[in-house]
Amino acid sequence: MKRVNLARLKESAIHAFFFTNGILAIFILIGIFFFLLYTAIPAFREINIAEFFTSKNWDPTSPVKEEYGIVSMIMSTFMVTLGALVIAIPIGIGVAAYLSDVAHWKVREIIKPIIEILAGIPSVVIGFLGIVLFGPAIAKVFGVNHGLNALNGSILLAIMALPTIISISEDSLNAVPRAYAEASLALGASRWQTLVRIRIPAALSGIIAAVMLGMGRAIGETMTVLMATGNAPAFPKGFLSSIRTLTSTIAIELGEVPYYTSHYYALFALGLVLFVITFMVNLISDIILHKYQEREL
Amino acid sequence: MNFRKLLLVGLISFGLIFSGGFLQAQRKMTQIKGSDTLVNLVQILAESYIAKNPRSPIAVLGGGSGTGIAALINGTCDIANHSRPMKDKEVQMARDKGITPHVFIIAVDGLSVILNESNPVSKLMMDQIGAIYRGEIKNWKEVGGPDKAISLYGRQSNSGTYVFFQEHVLKNQNYSEDMMRMNGNAQIVEGVTQDKYGIGYVGVGYVVDAKGNVKKGIKILNVSKDGNSKAYSPLNKAAVDSGDYPIARPLFQSTAGAPNGAILDFIKFEISSEGQKIVEREGFFSIGSSHQVENKKNLK
Repeated sequence: MKRVNLARLKESAIHAFFFTNGILAIFILIGIFFFLLYTAIPAFREINIAEFFTSKNWDPTSPVKEEYGIVSMIMSTFMVTLGALVIAIPIGIGVAAYLSDVAHWKVREIIKPIIEILAGIPSVVIGFLGIVLFGPAIAKVFGVNHGLNALNGSILLAIMALPTIISISEDSLNAVPRAYAEASLALGASRWQTLVRIRIPAALSGIIAAVMLGMGRAIGETMTVLMATGNAPAFPKGFLSSIRTLTSTIAIELGEVPYYTSHYYALFALGLVLFVITFMVNLISDIILHKYQEREL
Repeated sequence: MNFRKLLLVGLISFGLIFSGGFLQAQRKMTQIKGSDTLVNLVQILAESYIAKNPRSPIAVLGGGSGTGIAALINGTCDIANHSRPMKDKEVQMARDKGITPHVFIIAVDGLSVILNESNPVSKLMMDQIGAIYRGEIKNWKEVGGPDKAISLYGRQSNSGTYVFFQEHVLKNQNYSEDMMRMNGNAQIVEGVTQDKYGIGYVGVGYVVDAKGNVKKGIKILNVSKDGNSKAYSPLNKAAVDSGDYPIARPLFQSTAGAPNGAILDFIKFEISSEGQKIVEREGFFSIGSSHQVENKKNLK
């Protein structure tokens, strides 16, 4: 009798433990959001909110006129992210297709873990590569003064997004029922036709989700872009000009800013904007991924 | 059984934390924080000081002048290194917290403007440098160089060098938006070494090695006050002392209130002739007699 009670007690204790953990994670997320909101709002006591979202100039320490406009930074952030996706999507899907359709299973067993290890390289190391390797190379190839620009950042972010894109795309290609491919081949389609017209379209939602997750990583990345993009606050003129993203601005300025000033609060407003952007990207990718999983069932 | 183990682990970790705090209280570490221009110099000064006073440990951190002053005001460091004077706003913030900052000058820095070795330009006027950094002069041919776009290397806004340069060379105007905001002096040197058409400004200690030779790939610009005066190199000590080299500046340390104990002892070491020898060896200039008088006043 006593034993049973003890077991039940244990059971409910474990239950409560996991429940608390689950709830805690949600509370932390909500807490971060409200903290950001709470610290961001005072910024707009002195800063015109319309100017904040429409001005291209950001210079809070200017001796002439303090300016708080985030357009250039948002543009810069989207530029490096877009550039990274343009590089990473073809390569990522190509490698995923190779791994799932072409490669011998032994090759796949070796290559896939190696690609996943790539995800574990610290961002500061990748940023370093940008300074010493890609920077000088870009300067030489394009005949510009230096290689600390949006293109450099894009290449590095592509490298960082690739493992996610390859790994999840390959999983979703493998999840396409064999019968689809078999039917296609039986109708006389070549392997290439089967891959491009049957398997990839069938796995498309998974691939899109993979791309969105890779994109989420690229938008929020700080150290790599801070090191490799030159951090010039001007509105970007092209991929060969130096840019400064939302993340680098926060990282650069939060260390020195006098506390509880408009500048301080404005940096939290930047954080809030960034949080909302990454949240949307992750939410959309999650919705797509769920749709795809439901269909498979 | 398990519970007992847990209790034991808890007790041990509690003990460790407690004894750690106790040990720290016994041997107080002097914390120094601030200017990236000063961090290497003060680190070396601290090392030679510790070699003789092993019982007074010192930790030196960078982060920028603004960071150091903020830390001093918030009580998280004992000495702030700064390469610009304290702003009125900062002095006021300190006063509000009941702190009277005492400021010392420990070295003089000839801020050097650097170019890539291959650049044929060798001297510029202050006005020209200001116009280049404001973004008004965009091509080297306007100042007698090749027909190539100028790439600007500067510091981030938390740097004392950024503020000093903005005040004295840009005449309190905005930096060009195209200026790359680099993380530290070393990164600017690295950038200009690789960029044939780059221009940068750094503390003179960063472009000269221990033997007094200029680093490979870099050229130090001679600077003149205006069209009528001669251009001088920041390596010319007499010109820096006399003010003929126009971009020289004192480098500061501040304490919260008058320094005492180990902190006082260390500052005395820094401004002693022995400390000043190290200052010169590291590529900075020693302080003149007027600065020494000022320092003596603040020591009390």
